[in-house]
Parts: sequence; structure tokens; C-alpha cells
Amino acid sequence: MNTATIPNSPLPNSLRTQPDERGHFGQFGGRYVAETLMPLILDLEREYKAAKADPAFKEEFDDLMKHFVGRPSPLYYAPRMTEHFRAQAAAQGKPDNGAQIWFKREELNHTGAHKINNCIGQILLAIRMGKTKIIAETGAGQHGVATATVCARFGLPCTIFMGATDVARQQPNVFRMKLLGAEVIPVTSGAATLKDAMNEALRHWVAHVHDTFYIIGTAAGPHPYPELVRDFQSVIGTEARAQLLERTGRLPDLLIAAVGGGSNAIGLFHPFLDDTDVQMLGVEAGGHGLDREHAASLTGGKPGILHGNKTYLLQDEDGQITEAHSISAGLDYPGIGPEHSWLHDIGRAKYLPITDDQAMEAFTLCCQLEGIIPALESAHALAALPEVAPKMGKDQIIIVNVSGRGDKDIFTVAEKLGVKL
Amino acid sequence: MTNRLSAAFSKGRPALVTFITGGDPTPDATPAILDALVAGGADVIELGMPFTDPMADGPAIQAANLRSLAAGTRTADIFRIAKDFRARHPETPLVLMGYANPMVARGSEWFAAQCADAGVDGIICVDIPSEEDPEIGPALRAHGISFIRLATPTTDTARLPAVVEGSSGFLYYVSVAGVTGKQQAAVDTIKEAVARIRSGTDLPIAVGFGVRTPEQAAAFAAHAEGVVVGSALVDLVAQHGADAAEPVRELTAALADAVHNAKALA
Repeated sequence: MNTATIPNSPLPNSLRTQPDERGHFGQFGGRYVAETLMPLILDLEREYKAAKADPAFKEEFDDLMKHFVGRPSPLYYAPRMTEHFRAQAAAQGKPDNGAQIWFKREELNHTGAHKINNCIGQILLAIRMGKTKIIAETGAGQHGVATATVCARFGLPCTIFMGATDVARQQPNVFRMKLLGAEVIPVTSGAATLKDAMNEALRHWVAHVHDTFYIIGTAAGPHPYPELVRDFQSVIGTEARAQLLERTGRLPDLLIAAVGGGSNAIGLFHPFLDDTDVQMLGVEAGGHGLDREHAASLTGGKPGILHGNKTYLLQDEDGQITEAHSISAGLDYPGIGPEHSWLHDIGRAKYLPITDDQAMEAFTLCCQLEGIIPALESAHALAALPEVAPKMGKDQIIIVNVSGRGDKDIFTVAEKLGVKL
Repeated sequence: MTNRLSAAFSKGRPALVTFITGGDPTPDATPAILDALVAGGADVIELGMPFTDPMADGPAIQAANLRSLAAGTRTADIFRIAKDFRARHPETPLVLMGYANPMVARGSEWFAAQCADAGVDGIICVDIPSEEDPEIGPALRAHGISFIRLATPTTDTARLPAVVEGSSGFLYYVSVAGVTGKQQAAVDTIKEAVARIRSGTDLPIAVGFGVRTPEQAAAFAAHAEGVVVGSALVDLVAQHGADAAEPVRELTAALADAVHNAKALA
């Protein structure tokens, strides 16, 4: 394992060379957009290729990552969480079980989540393309805050589309965006959550293509967005891989990350895709349970076309999109990034739904055992631990992506716990 | 089947293309509204297939989509409405317009076969650009259904051949970069854009987006083979509900009169 220290040269039969030149990951992905947007999407693809080949682009990106975002983010061994699941294993008659649990601390990034990695990359692209206005959609508000942050940093006007339901349940982030100079537009159509915010952002974009860049917040949407968002987020997995090798001399056995659109998960997974001994687990939002309202598009949906890509979607037999539900606003979306759909279908990554209640338990556990308040999104990833950690040996290693901090969620959590603030 | 479409654009004067959303306000109300469009003089009918996420539409057609779905409209209702329309109106071309997901949910082959069975002449799909033609194009062509593509102000001359490739019936020129029913393009830009697009295709060109009044329709018709009116008619349905047929017929008649005589005025 130690021979392959740098994941930068994919093998000929690598899983890391997707998408194809038409933007497809197997049958998924693609460019399902209105003709008005198509020429811009093609421009973006050309510009992204040029940027990737330009050492100055990478240099500026790396410099901002280090000095503005605060990277690398730590890879932290979580001792009490590890002990907790070892005790659980022992109680189940398996005293040799209980994997070592490590956290990739994306919640320590500037703005408090992984979202900023992608925003830095995309705003540099926007500037290269000569665009003078930025728009974005947001669910939990983390991507909106990250976008507003880079817009302030580079002096570009910023408009954020956010579902009115999410505006109500994520007030602190709405205020943050406004402090950073962004205009927040509440979207009232549909269930007034992330999907509807994305519809409205697309409507705005189509009318302002000449001067406006759309910073999509997750590894979804029309090609080349899933590819470029993944590439910008891959800093997570590239760092984690090098950090663990340096600390332990080995690769992890299992990676766990929450999946809404799936950008923090693909960012962690992608650099490990060709490490065949590394297992991957994406955690979907199971909401109230798969027989009720949820947001688990892989487990409970089927392939379809929405928001520019073909991917697994929650839908009825007629192809009408059904409303998603999750306690976590950031996972409350009826689709998923196309690369996850592909990894799911080829079996390279597994996906597991976690309910609101399970996520709440994991949230509390992480606060009390590790002194880290995780975002509700990340709490979904942590909630997979009881399912896997006690079944693994003590010498095995799990990396969980703690993608964001939970300060934004304290009001939701208080309400769920019946506490009045 | 394409013959009905080519005939509609071969009458020696511009054609009026009208859009309404199927199932708005209810599936039962739609046939009378379609009949009103024909009675008013529409040359081509676009029947909108409702979708939960109409991201290329402005507020009027968004609301129409939601009204239709709230009334319980299913894909089967749209095909039943289309088939009954064909029985009542053997000569008037009927085009289904909508978004990709409801069209491919049961497979493009199923969809194309249903279109053929119902006497549908063509399809306009907002979010399948020429790059994704394999998603639905081959099935439509195999069943003799026209795949009508959209060209926009951002479609440059270099891109035009790819947009036209594999399409038939007519070319829908979206006159403004934006969503349906909002702002309106200046007549000068239409004249220029249609001339540019005409150099890349022999298909008839119908111009739409933001055309609301007979005066606007006439001004656009002077430079194209057809004019599309949607949101203004959908607004009448919103206003009058199940009693929309007569107001729809009146507006259609005024639009048809303006469009059909536009060349003479120009």
C-alpha cells in the first residue's frame, strides 16, 4: 500500500478518469440544459481545461487555500469516539473489534465547512472568464456563506437564491450572507427548499448569461460542473490520504461522508478510487424513514433528468419530482451528483440512509465525546459509525468527513430536543 | 405526420403557434380550450406537459404547471387529451412541449410510441440540447415524430448546424435570453437574428418568448414564418379557469388576424 503514496497518476483502467468528453459518468451526468445556456456551458468547459493546464491558476488556488481558507485541515484521531464503539463491540461479545476513528476536520475551514474549497476555485474561473456578477443557490446556507465570502474577497456583486423554508430555519447564515454584502432572495415556489432555489437560480442565469457566473454548490448540474466541483473538493481526500500515510504509514479501510449533492463525499472519495482496499460509504438523508418522507435518492429513487444532469432522483412513475425531506437543510434535495450515481451502480461505493433521529443521536454523541459540534449534515456521516465501527477490527481505520460545523444548526437541534432558546 | 406541420407553414402567410399547459386548470377543461385555439385560427397547437420543476418558465407558466399537477394531471391524461384532439381535428398539427424527465421516465421508445399512437406531430423539449440528442432523438425519428429544437440569441452561427441536425417540423427561435412570458425582444434584433438563422436552415422559423399582443405578434410575424404565443393565453386560463375557452378564442382570433396579415403590412 505504501508504494502508492501520491494519487496523481491514474492507471489506464482507472476509476479516476471520468467523466468522458461528453461529460458522462457511465450513463449519468451530461448537459441537459436549455439551449440559451449551452454555449456558456461549452465556454466554461474550455476555460476550465485551460485553467487546469495553467500553473498560475493552481498557484493562486493553492495560495488562497493555505492563507485564506486555512488549509490543510487537520486529520484528527477521535479517541473517545473510538473507545465508545470498542465498548459497544465488547458488550456485543467482540472484544477485539472497534475500528480507529479519524475525523477530517473540514469544519475548521474559514466559513466553517468544505463549501469554501469549491467557491475559491469557481470564482477564480469566473474572473478568468471576465464575468462580473455571481449567483448561487443554497440549502443550509453554508454554500451561500462561502459564495458571499469569496465575492466579498474579490469584490464581485453576489446574489444568493435560497428557499423561503430554509431562510426561516437557517437565520444565522442568512444574516452572515447579508453581512458579507450578498443579496439573499427567498424562493417561495414548490416546497421552498434547495431544489426550488436551484430552479430560480437557473431562471436568473438564463436571463443574465452574458455577464453572470453561476457558482453551483455541489458536484451536480450540467457538465463540467460535477467534474470541476469534484476537482476543487478533491483537496480533502488528497490531504487526508497524505496525512494518514504520514501518521500511520497506511491507507484507511473505510471512508464515510454525508451525501446531499455529494461534493464533500466525492472530494474525500475521489483520490482513493483506485486504492482497491479502501471501502467507501456515502450516507444519504433517510429523513423520517424510507417508507415516509426522506431525501435518499440512491436508495429510494431511480435515474432521471433534473437540473442539467442525469442522475438518481426521487420521482413518481410519470417522472414528476417528489419533495425531499431531511432535518438537515443541506441534504434536503431529491437528487445526487452523477458521479455518485455511477459509483453506486458499479458498486465502488456503498450508500446508506440515516434517519433524522439517528443523525440527532450522533450529533449529541460527537458534542459530548469529542468536543466538536458537527453540522447536521456531518452528523449523518457520524451516524453510520454504530453500523460499521463495532464490526471492524481494532487495527482498522475509518476516516469520517466532518464536513461542517454545527453552530448554524443549534436552533434546529434545540427545537428537536424540545429546548426553547 | 410531419406533413401537418409543413402544411401549417406553407399557407403563403405566417403561422400562429399557440401554447397552453395541458391539464390547466383540470384535464377535463383542456379539450374545450384546445378547440377554442383551433376555432380562433391557430395554425399549430403546442400542448404543455406539466412538470414539477419548470425551470425555463416564468411565473405564468410555472403557475399553470402547478395548477395542472394539483388537479391530478398524469402523463396518461396528456396522451388521452392529444388522441381525442386528433380525432376532432385531423388537420391541425399538435406538438407536445415540456421537460425531459416526464418524457423519458418510461423510456424514450415508450414515449415516442405513445406520441405516434396519439397523433402527436412533434416534440419540443426544453432541456435536451443537441448534445444529448441520443436521449430521445432516435426514438422520435424512428416513429416519425418531429424533434423541434430551440435556437436562442446565444446560439452562434458556428453552433447552428449542430442545433438543426436531426430536427424537423420547424425551428423555434427563442427571441430573448430568459424565461417565458417576461421581457420582449426589440423587432430589429428579431429581424437580424432570424436572417442569421435562416442562413443555416431550410426549416420554417417560429419566433417566441414574450409575445403577448396582436401588435407585437404582427411585428414579429413580418420577419418569420411563425409566431408563438404562450403566457398571454395561459394568463387567460389562470383568470377564467374552466370558463377560459371563449376568452382564449377571442385572443387567438385577434392574434391570428394580426399574424396572418402581417406580411401585407410589412
